[in-house]
Amino acid sequence: MIRLAWLILRKDLTVEVRSGEIAYTTLFFAVTCVLVFAFALVREGRPPEDGAAGILWIAIAFAGNLALGRAFERERQAETLRALLLAPAPRPAVYLGKLFSIVVLLGGTEALLVPLIALLFQARMLAHPFWLTAILAAGTLGFAAVGTLFAAMLVRARSRDVLLPVLLYPITVPVIIAGVRGTAALLQPEFEGGVVRFWFALLIAFDAVFLTLSLWTFEAVMTD
Amino acid sequence: MPKWFIRAAVVCTVMFALSPFVIANADYESTMGLVQKIFYYHMPSAWMFLVSGIVCGVASVRFLITGDPRHDRTAWAAAEMAVIFGVVTLVTGPLWARRAWGTFWVWDARTTSSLVQWMVAWAYLILRRYGGPGSDKLAAGLALFGVANVGFIYISVNYWRTIHPATSVVPKLPFTMGFPLWYCVASFTLLFVLLLKMRIRLEEQRATLDSLYLSLDEQH
Repeated sequence: MIRLAWLILRKDLTVEVRSGEIAYTTLFFAVTCVLVFAFALVREGRPPEDGAAGILWIAIAFAGNLALGRAFERERQAETLRALLLAPAPRPAVYLGKLFSIVVLLGGTEALLVPLIALLFQARMLAHPFWLTAILAAGTLGFAAVGTLFAAMLVRARSRDVLLPVLLYPITVPVIIAGVRGTAALLQPEFEGGVVRFWFALLIAFDAVFLTLSLWTFEAVMTD
Repeated sequence: MPKWFIRAAVVCTVMFALSPFVIANADYESTMGLVQKIFYYHMPSAWMFLVSGIVCGVASVRFLITGDPRHDRTAWAAAEMAVIFGVVTLVTGPLWARRAWGTFWVWDARTTSSLVQWMVAWAYLILRRYGGPGSDKLAAGLALFGVANVGFIYISVNYWRTIHPATSVVPKLPFTMGFPLWYCVASFTLLFVLLLKMRIRLEEQRATLDSLYLSLDEQH
């Protein structure tokens, strides 16, 4: 199953490397999003206190929504989604492959967003690189786990573009809260280990519960 | 409609008509005075809001497992109840909080998770309305995630701080305040059951009508 998931991941990444469609649009959108915040919030060269963590996660959530929508829209337009589901592969493997390709894409976006926000908002983003990576990875996984399932479910629904954020954001509220609070704790002058660990543990628990639920639901909703 | 429905509807109407008098006769709470009486409607509606969420989640899971449209109809009806009782809860809550806490809205664990649960119920209805064919299963998936989510929101916000009155207050209330409260809980529960029943029946009749149309088409 892992091998099948890896094959789907490699297929998605190959398509992405050749066309660059989702990667470029997502990156550009995320950067634009951060710039809008910079224009709105930075006054006379002074960024708002404690704003960087929130802005990072808003940019991730917005860009993630865009990437998720496109990842499945492309399969639908090329009529390849049916082929993917007809392939002799268990459904959970298809889900995992799609999930990992979204996580890789968002990881790339974050790699650009973190230094950009550190620069524009004078935040100490790289003070604890290990914890920052851990929180970003756990948060992105949780966000993408729910998002991949919803985007896949909505492929055949009417008005799927508007429905994805409507369904996705209320459900991922805990990820946003834990991500923002955890990152904000990292940016404090004094490192608050207990606080960071709490939010990280919450994110891991969220990932575990929602990955399990998604693997089960994906099978049930993608049967017809 | 079953026979008990009309009788229960009459009882429910009478109970709600009498409820202002029952509440007016309750003792004054010493620090908040008249505003505290909002509580007699706030808490029962919040409970029914929670119950509708649970009913919707359980029915959705059963629908996902069995594929039986009866469970789907129950889940849909319960989601609508969640929106209605959620409105009552979220309107009466801030009115009470303005006096009790000095501010309309506080981001504590219960207000936040209620708000998000209410938004999930709205998302459910939006999906049913605009999702097109096949949205029943998608909505069931959403309801399942929404129920699983409540605990996470609760824990995450609770980590900051919580100023909501603890549930342990209720059993300790003196009779003059406890009786109106339980009276209102009973009224709201009855209202919930009646509305849910009515809504499920409407969907059942719609399904019957659809199948009749289909069989008519087949005959021609």
